[in-house]
Amino acid sequence: MTIEVLMPALSPTMEEGTLAKWHVKVGDEVKSGDVIAEIETDKATMEVEAADDGKVAKLLVEEGTENVKVNQVIAILADDGESIQDTEAPKETKAAAKKKAAPAKEEKAARAAKVDVKSDPELPAGTEFVTQTVREALRDAMAEEMRRDESVFVMGEEVAQYQGAYKVTQGLLDEFGGKRVVDTPITEHGFAGLGVGAAMAGLRPIVEFMTFNFAMQAIDQIINSAAKTRYMSGGQMSCPIVFRGPNGPAARVAAQHSQDYSSWYAHVPGLIVIAPYSAADAKGLLKAAIRDPNPVIFLENEVLYGKSFEVPKHDDFVLPIGKAKVMKEGRDVTLVSHSHGLTYCLEAMAKLEEEGIDVELIDLRTLRPLDMDTVIASVKKTNRLVTVEETWPVCGIGAEIAASVQEKAFDWLDAPILRVTQKDVPMPYAANLEKLALPSAAEVVEAVKAVCYR
Amino acid sequence: MPFTKEEDIKAYRDMLLIRRFEEKAGQMYGMGLIGGFCHLYIGQEAVVVGMQMAIEEGDQVITGYRDHGHMLACGMDPKGVMAELTGREGGYSRGKGGSMHMFSRERNFFGGHGIVGAQVPLGTGLAFANRYRGNDRVCLAYFGDGAANQGQVYESFNMAELWQLPVVYVIENNQYAMGTSVARASAQTNLSKRGVSFNIPGEQVDGMDVRAVRDAGARAVAFCRSGKGPYILEMMTYRYRGHSMSDPAKYRAKEEVNKMRAEHDPIEQVRVRLLDTKALTEDDLKEIDKEIKAIVNESAEFAQSSPEPDPSELWTDVLADLEA
Repeated sequence: MTIEVLMPALSPTMEEGTLAKWHVKVGDEVKSGDVIAEIETDKATMEVEAADDGKVAKLLVEEGTENVKVNQVIAILADDGESIQDTEAPKETKAAAKKKAAPAKEEKAARAAKVDVKSDPELPAGTEFVTQTVREALRDAMAEEMRRDESVFVMGEEVAQYQGAYKVTQGLLDEFGGKRVVDTPITEHGFAGLGVGAAMAGLRPIVEFMTFNFAMQAIDQIINSAAKTRYMSGGQMSCPIVFRGPNGPAARVAAQHSQDYSSWYAHVPGLIVIAPYSAADAKGLLKAAIRDPNPVIFLENEVLYGKSFEVPKHDDFVLPIGKAKVMKEGRDVTLVSHSHGLTYCLEAMAKLEEEGIDVELIDLRTLRPLDMDTVIASVKKTNRLVTVEETWPVCGIGAEIAASVQEKAFDWLDAPILRVTQKDVPMPYAANLEKLALPSAAEVVEAVKAVCYR
Repeated sequence: MPFTKEEDIKAYRDMLLIRRFEEKAGQMYGMGLIGGFCHLYIGQEAVVVGMQMAIEEGDQVITGYRDHGHMLACGMDPKGVMAELTGREGGYSRGKGGSMHMFSRERNFFGGHGIVGAQVPLGTGLAFANRYRGNDRVCLAYFGDGAANQGQVYESFNMAELWQLPVVYVIENNQYAMGTSVARASAQTNLSKRGVSFNIPGEQVDGMDVRAVRDAGARAVAFCRSGKGPYILEMMTYRYRGHSMSDPAKYRAKEEVNKMRAEHDPIEQVRVRLLDTKALTEDDLKEIDKEIKAIVNESAEFAQSSPEPDPSELWTDVLADLEA
């Protein structure tokens, strides 16, 4: 009997990785627990251990191979007594093969949707574009701002020596040292407050939360101390701080680690709330956030960290806060979303196009202040609106947009506004239930067709 | 360290200003001129006045909501403080902060915070900024015996010692967290020991004696300024009034309050000393009393004549415009 060794997943959201090194060669005897290989993602490195005793019959993936899919068979062990020659390399497992097509399509859609945004600054002629992940773009934004301004520093759990729990701060410790890249104890309430105090003293802290789920421990300092002090001091005090980290549902981590806080923070006067989708927006807006004199909540998304986009190669690429982006112009219906919600929209858009529905897609990018002008202008053109978000429906971003649109563009609406949201339940763990709880492209298609009466 | 005649006179003036200011604030609250919560500092004057004598220009001060005394001790204008209490345009926050939320960048006073214990991480952050900039400034972070039971205080202790931050934690133990005595709320009632597991030195201080406060404060500030990390001072003090204006203070006997006032009053101690040593005469003291009364009356008048903020103020200071 042969034993298949599969490419393991290092995290709930990992889809592929690099097989960095084999520690065994064909013919070696291995015991359960022996380290046989090293794998890497842009986020982490891990050793692969043999799960059974046996002899290495085949190594199916060469050392150094990138983009090896999770669950792909990477080696075959032969049982004791079994001849190595008897074993046969299987084709790619079904699960791995099935996964292959989807992300590529989505990326293509994202790239195809490059539309000029009037509010964005014009890039110098001949600006080159580089392909970067959201993770790299965020890191570059921080590094560039830290080079530019001595008072900018990063603090949070595992941001320095570990290089970031999600590897967003990778390399910063090496360049800027421990004074400006500060590992904190697991003490969110404390270090959020400490960051606010440092900001009140004139520094510009970037406080990373390992995820925004843990920021609930610190929400008093964010709202009562950071957001309200300028007002309560009659404008004397300033709090130039950025709170950033992954927000929203990850994958298979259940209710306490899978929540979208967009509407929580967007509710609060005195805060700026940004939730970008693309790498370019992530970079340009994080740079703007760091320069802004106000407290900024910068909501990233774990699932988007590894996605690649075209980013202008330009040191001073700063985008305006509070401006939505029309990702694709269209005639028939306005689709409004932000952050990871846009992946459902982009997938739905492709299907809707086939059915002859021309969608105008808006990425809000900033949630406070909300760029209602862009949304209203679009609704006045299409007369139909669907909002998409991973937030719960009650008092969500879609609810706010719907209220504003009926106030300002009631007469232009030809159909009720529909919301596609996370279902109104805590996030379940079971794979099938999780899928049901999240919004989907199919739901977006359905909602768009409903408002188009089709 | 000797406490000079000049220091006694200054302490007397500063403490008396706080006492008279607070008495006036209490009266004005009764007249409906001051709204909301109003926490008076009467009885605790020696703590803030003694600590202020231990710091230098440029050191920072931050505290909770019982903050009027701290602001006056920091040298903030009594008129601006009183006008904030009445919610007027002339107040330090232009009427938008009130009793618990006032600040002065100029005097390095960082508030005035209404959430019990929240000022402790903030003050630790001010100290972090000092260390980051490599200056030798020290932050005084005041909090009460009630706040001493908040978790974020210990999160702050840990980081302050871990990173050797120049912050003096001044615990004003006035014996009651609103209506709950220290013994009913704290497993370890000696709050100066609350830093033991973090290796933060602490001491209990007679917070009714301004000389003891100044001495302990000088030790603590020197320790922090020399880069040795944080220090805890537990000031044993007492508030004569209720927790806030709306607290009748029925959780303690009148005799307890009267005994404190009669035997330990921080201002009376200095007054007796000034007379005993013949540093000042009764007439000199009367002269000081008169001056203080005039300052307080002037602040009260200003606080009533200053107009309410313009309605347009509702919408200002929510966010700053991006600096050029």
